[in-house]
Amino acid sequence: MTGLLAGNPAEIFAVAALCAGVAMAGFRLVRGPSLPDRVVALDLLTIQGLGLLTVYAVAAGRSAYLDVGIVLTLVTFLATTAFAYYIEKGSHPGERRDG
Amino acid sequence: MAEVVVAVLLVVGSSLMFVAALGILRMPDLFTRMQATTKAATLGVGLLLAAAAVEFGDLAVTTRVLAAAVFIAMTAPVAAHLLGRAAYFLGVPLWEGSVRDELRGRYNERAHALASLEEELGEGRLAPGRATRRGVISDDVSNQPETGGHPVEE
Repeated sequence: MTGLLAGNPAEIFAVAALCAGVAMAGFRLVRGPSLPDRVVALDLLTIQGLGLLTVYAVAAGRSAYLDVGIVLTLVTFLATTAFAYYIEKGSHPGERRDG
Repeated sequence: MAEVVVAVLLVVGSSLMFVAALGILRMPDLFTRMQATTKAATLGVGLLLAAAAVEFGDLAVTTRVLAAAVFIAMTAPVAAHLLGRAAYFLGVPLWEGSVRDELRGRYNERAHALASLEEELGEGRLAPGRATRRGVISDDVSNQPETGGHPVEE
């Protein structure tokens, strides 16, 4: 943590903005009135995490964190797609056709 | 020089991510929240990845960054479309200040079929109660959209 705080101002600003974004997305994840709201918040939360990973890769000089980011994007897309599929499938519970 | 570029990209990218999070916190309904977050967060994370590419200046890193950015730019609209479609079918309410809802009355809620699709295929192929690729068109006549014309302004 001291390594990050000793970085240049742009990195500190980026980390602060992303942490504030994580807090706001987390609020929507907890508060969100409907299930799709929470899914959108989760999606944004993961993308903010990807941004934090990228900033940390730049600040620490380790490019291995970018690979983690690529995997994170893959998982996020699959999660959102699966959520959307099951929300749509469950929107008319009496009319399920595929079993 | 490279350090300045990296700093500018980091600041602008993280500011866009902040704006995206502000949008999801402050926007009034689900669909405005989605349009706020998807685009701003995609551009913001793309700029952050570009900062990493400039910082390392390596072919391997640049390739990975490019792959991640292209993947995000391709999947984010698809995911947002799927989720918005599912949310509309679920009946998530629109903001009371919304001006128009062009899908209202123009799609079959039970069969998930759009009015334009039914018009194109003609009534012979989509007879009531007949199985289609998406499901079964309902017999309920009151649920059928009005044929032809543009969406009615209210």
